[in-house]
Amino acid sequence: MTKKKATGERGKKADDKPESGTYEIFVMGKMYRVPMGFTIMKAIEYAGYQYIRSCGCRAGFCGACSTVYRIGDEQKLQFALACQKLVEEGMYLVQIPFVPATKAKYDLDKLKADENVILSIYPEIARCVSCNTCTKSCPQDISVMMYIQCALRGDIAKAAELSFDCIQCGMCAMRCPADIKHYHVGQLARRLRGKYIDPVSKNLQTRLGEIEDGKYDKEMEELVTMDDDKIVQIYRDRKIEAQGDLEGGD
Amino acid sequence: MELLYYPGCTLKTSAKDLEATAMKIAEVLGFTLKEMKEWNCCGVVASLTDDDLMHHLAPLRNLIHAQDEGADKIIVLCDMCANTIKQTNLRVKEKPENLETLNSFMDKENDYLGGVNVIHFLEFLRDEVGFATLKKKVKKPLKGLKIMPYYGCTLLRPREVAIDDAEEPRIMTDLLKALGATPIDNPFKIECCGSYHTIDEKEATAKRAYKISNYARKAGAEAIMLSCPLCRYNLDVRGKDAEKIFDGYSQMPSFYYTQLIAIALDLDIDCCGFDSQEVDPLPLLREKGVVQ
Repeated sequence: MTKKKATGERGKKADDKPESGTYEIFVMGKMYRVPMGFTIMKAIEYAGYQYIRSCGCRAGFCGACSTVYRIGDEQKLQFALACQKLVEEGMYLVQIPFVPATKAKYDLDKLKADENVILSIYPEIARCVSCNTCTKSCPQDISVMMYIQCALRGDIAKAAELSFDCIQCGMCAMRCPADIKHYHVGQLARRLRGKYIDPVSKNLQTRLGEIEDGKYDKEMEELVTMDDDKIVQIYRDRKIEAQGDLEGGD
Repeated sequence: MELLYYPGCTLKTSAKDLEATAMKIAEVLGFTLKEMKEWNCCGVVASLTDDDLMHHLAPLRNLIHAQDEGADKIIVLCDMCANTIKQTNLRVKEKPENLETLNSFMDKENDYLGGVNVIHFLEFLRDEVGFATLKKKVKKPLKGLKIMPYYGCTLLRPREVAIDDAEEPRIMTDLLKALGATPIDNPFKIECCGSYHTIDEKEATAKRAYKISNYARKAGAEAIMLSCPLCRYNLDVRGKDAEKIFDGYSQMPSFYYTQLIAIALDLDIDCCGFDSQEVDPLPLLREKGVVQ
């Protein structure tokens, strides 16, 4: 099989650069010199901008800071989360603070997880021409086109699995030539799978019962009123995935 | 022997019975239909616009998936999928400059090298298995069953990708003979079923179903044999709707050719999925003594 030559990768490689110093970046066409090692988000703030939109959790989870960029005169347009991606030399940046893609209205309790349910709610998925532009625009490296294809053929479980890492930044929906609102489709697939396909989680039922009974209310109250230094210390000392505390599982 | 199989969306939704019966038949004939690891929608309708390359991406992507699995051919069950993928395969062979554009658009995928043949399952049964061989495997000849072969459009048009003569096809007649049934020839065998008008022109499609089956009945047929899932939907579901339009009309049952082969090979009748059909063909089969 022949692997295609990347067309127009004329940007300089990071390896050729010294380890410290500055990069020249362009924010909406205006040039700034920013320290190396900064995320795009930090670099833009360093350049003097203050975020009022296009910024959320700053930890790669919320999907608010989707960023489109091109390095120099490279052919490929690239996509990233500003809070995760480090700046590179010659980046031309723009951020997309909002995606006009309304979620369809549906009552999950009234749906049936059958082959045509997603198609009936989002019929536009049938317009997919398999161009794969959505996949190329996903900062999470999700096989977006493939999960749309799975939704189209009624494979809800697979559509849910493939779209699991979606943070709903909406870049797929902005790039799609068929105007599909992919991330809402993935969300519907995951909801259907969670409600109708996957087995009911025993731990979840137990935990819901605990919440109802107010099992940790006292501890929660303590945390809320605790002073900052102490809570930071507790956070640092926390145990992750304490094995043995859980009985069984799903 | 293992054969790489491209299903298509319809085979996973409304035409599960076509897939189930084809799988079983293949097994009896010594083949395994192995579903492609990755596949996407075929593209549904081959674009007639000369400069519209975007609509060749879906079929081409499937050809690349097949190539990546090392296959030199794929077996396709759905007529529309076979038609669309065959047309793109032909197009990129005839116009290498188009293939170059498409390959370069996809950038990360492997280039398509043109080495995959697209074969409709019906074609495969005729050319690679042979109806004579199939005939020898028949355990329950479909004696006394008068059936109109119905081709619809996409098996036979355009000529470049047709599996038989567009005006006088005989592949289904030959198959019916091999299974011991009585084929009823009929000029309506190559008429359109109404195709995707079934979505926005339900009544017009119901009238098509009426016209086709009514003519078949007059010619002495008791059922229709077809291959395309969309034709089947229209002749079954829209045909049932026609009963409300035309007084005293009752829609005749339709079979996928694979269902009839499955019956003739005496396979478990459950794989035929007759209970999912609007017009139940079982009473006819029982009347003819083909099934109990």
